[in-house]
Amino acid sequence: MNLLGKLSWDAIPFDQPIIMGATAFMVLVIAAVLSFIIVKGYLGPLWRDWITSVDHKRIGVMYILLALVMLLRGFSDAIMMRAQQAVAAGGAQGYLPPEHFDQIFSAHGTIMIFFMAMPFVIGVINVVVPLQLGVRDVAFPTLNSVSFWLTASGALLINISLAVGEFAKTGWVAYPPLSELQFSPGVGVDYYLWSLQISGIGTLLSGINFVTTILKLRAPGMGYMRMPVFCWTALATSLLIVAAFPVLTATFAMLLLDRYLGFHFFTVDGGGNAMMYVNLFWVWGHPEVYILVLPAFGIYSEVVATFSGKPLFGYRSMVAATMAICVLSFLVWLHHFFTMGASADVNGFFGVMTMIIAVPTGVKVFNWLFTMYGGRVRFTVPMLWSIGFMITFVIGGMTGVLMAVPPADFQVHNSLFLVAHFHNTIIGGVVFGLMAGYNYWFPKVFGFRLDERWGKASFWCWFVGFYLAFMPLYAVGLMGMTRRLQHYDNPAWQPWLMVAALGAVVILAGVACQAIQLVVSVRARRQLRDTTGNPWGGRTLEWFTPSPPPAWNFTVLPSVGRFARRTPAEGTQDYKAIEMPNNSPIGVITAFFAVVTGFALIWHIWWMAALGLLGAFVTLLAFAFRRQEEIEVPAVEIARFDRAHPAEVTP
Amino acid sequence: MNVAVALSDVRLDVAASEAGPAPKRVVVAYGFWIFLLSDIVMFATLFAAYAVLARATDGGPSGAQLFSQASVAIETACLLASSYTCGLMSLAVKSRRGLGTYFGAFVTFALGLAFLALELREFADMIVRGDGPQRSAFLSAFFTLVGCHGLHVTAGLVWLVVMMVQVGLRGFHPTVQRRLACFSLFWHALDIVWVWLFTVVYLMGVRA
Repeated sequence: MNLLGKLSWDAIPFDQPIIMGATAFMVLVIAAVLSFIIVKGYLGPLWRDWITSVDHKRIGVMYILLALVMLLRGFSDAIMMRAQQAVAAGGAQGYLPPEHFDQIFSAHGTIMIFFMAMPFVIGVINVVVPLQLGVRDVAFPTLNSVSFWLTASGALLINISLAVGEFAKTGWVAYPPLSELQFSPGVGVDYYLWSLQISGIGTLLSGINFVTTILKLRAPGMGYMRMPVFCWTALATSLLIVAAFPVLTATFAMLLLDRYLGFHFFTVDGGGNAMMYVNLFWVWGHPEVYILVLPAFGIYSEVVATFSGKPLFGYRSMVAATMAICVLSFLVWLHHFFTMGASADVNGFFGVMTMIIAVPTGVKVFNWLFTMYGGRVRFTVPMLWSIGFMITFVIGGMTGVLMAVPPADFQVHNSLFLVAHFHNTIIGGVVFGLMAGYNYWFPKVFGFRLDERWGKASFWCWFVGFYLAFMPLYAVGLMGMTRRLQHYDNPAWQPWLMVAALGAVVILAGVACQAIQLVVSVRARRQLRDTTGNPWGGRTLEWFTPSPPPAWNFTVLPSVGRFARRTPAEGTQDYKAIEMPNNSPIGVITAFFAVVTGFALIWHIWWMAALGLLGAFVTLLAFAFRRQEEIEVPAVEIARFDRAHPAEVTP
Repeated sequence: MNVAVALSDVRLDVAASEAGPAPKRVVVAYGFWIFLLSDIVMFATLFAAYAVLARATDGGPSGAQLFSQASVAIETACLLASSYTCGLMSLAVKSRRGLGTYFGAFVTFALGLAFLALELREFADMIVRGDGPQRSAFLSAFFTLVGCHGLHVTAGLVWLVVMMVQVGLRGFHPTVQRRLACFSLFWHALDIVWVWLFTVVYLMGVRA
């Protein structure tokens, strides 16, 4: 009986220079950041104002910060893969051995979907939705903090896998029987499963929180058809999270039971059915695509309307299209595996449904185009990302409809054509949208705008880099190159893959421009300050409160009439105290126990897992018995804040 | 008095969707409904897995050979009766009767515990006979589906004990009342899941 389960010094790959280098870099960065915080004496404020904060804006910022850090991690994986495939042609093996290459493509997909795109989307929703609804916070502020910290726990576990043990070598979908104990006896798949189970709970709680917030907490007068489109898309996404994530949790639970207790859900023996995993995975997986892209559509709707100086064209059709996609997204999952061998009727049904779901998306594209038509378009950074999206996403959508035809799909199934397609939609759709939203709402959150020049440079690098990196993949895909190849024999593919690698470098330049943009903007924050609360001339409620907004968002809850009122606080002289939710360390403590439990389960350290679960339970009890749930912000403080921001309060 | 308060909450001149933020009582119950829906989706996944694997017995025993109708009937009776007593508890909470609340909670707890004991005995019997979840895909799906419901019942029992301590410490504080309302929603939802489970697993399983 080993006290540390499967864990020993052998778990750390000291003989792998690349992994140890990355680990050392990671440890150094964390140590540097920590010592900077401690030396500067920021630890106290960090704990009070951020880590234990239940303010939706701060939680949103932390989500986005997590997403940006994980973007760097996932992007370095991408660069390594592009570099490997650019050189490993003919007899060459490249610089990455197969078992390492396999971990890299698995980690890249897992990180980009679950720890980059998801936190970024949920972060933007957190920052924007309560402000747009004209309310003070989300329905369950403390739960919101728990959600964030659980997501961060999952991200931490996945990063620990880099240094201690290994990550899954199964691809980001972890299909059995490969992901079963019989074929993947290491801890890699366990890292994958537990980090996603933990962060998945966080995501589910976020979904519940935002459905409740949007449906039950809106400013007086804000009926459903007066909600900004971003709120509608956030609602659709939250509904999809509530309906889809439990499927993923249950599916992973079944795989965990197979791996830990010898069950036979997906095994090759005992009557297990591996294709059931694939079906269940994509019953979650296809809605997940729309969980990511719908809020991005919402961002484009806000940005295009604002910078065209016109109301959004076809608001009602936009809402209808959003909700239609929300429902239809559950009816197309089988198109991820037409080659399964289902009957022609089944494939036919899912092929037709897939073509139908392209229709509401098409409606949206026309709405954005008609919004710009006849408008006074300002080509700011968010607008560039939006126009770049319209062009890129239409191409991605077209290749998607092409693959919706089952016989055509059989030819390109699991080829780089598919890889090009989904990067085309996820980068061109989701990432571009998130970048637009980041530039658009940054001044609202921090009170100063981001530098335009570096922002534009970043956009052009990303835009050009994207085409260089992914158009060649369509070509090699059609030439027959399958995905996830560590090396290949066909020399005809190599030139294309070299161009793709070059594209990745150009995107790297875009990422660098973004980092520079942030630094330059922070240093020039006085010149870039937004003193109006509404730097872009937006028409939704978040622009009718100072930038950055106070903790209570609005001194007086805005009342939404036929047109949104210009100033919520207009003419209000007698200030009243406001009840706000109290800060709470419950989120971060829960996350601590979640990491302990997850790590212990991955390494079969049973006593530690039991302790972790007990700790989480005691934390929950402590939370249930807390007395003070809310604090009161005194009227004097609110009045003082309003006097300090005269420009925003009186037009 | 109560009626007057309720009426002043409702503004008749605006549409319900434009009335502004809902009171906390409504928000909490609504959020919990959404959570229950997500929980039911999770059960739906396990039901689907069970339906796919129900015949994958891998040469092992089928449901018809394993299930004891009598025991399951008693389990069902316990759980349905506990839902009734849970309803009685809710009524007692509404009229702020301490004794009635404790009594309702006690009977609910006892019936829930009896349900769990019967279920565990069924599981133990099967495992001892070598028909545990490792035997076949069918049994994996069976133990997971029924066991997941059992875990929910266990969590419900723990929750009920915690709530009774809170009633003792804080009386019928609005927070405690909201949580008791959520608990009863949870308990009734488990009942609904059990009705499906009883039908799909035990009734249909014996026929096959």
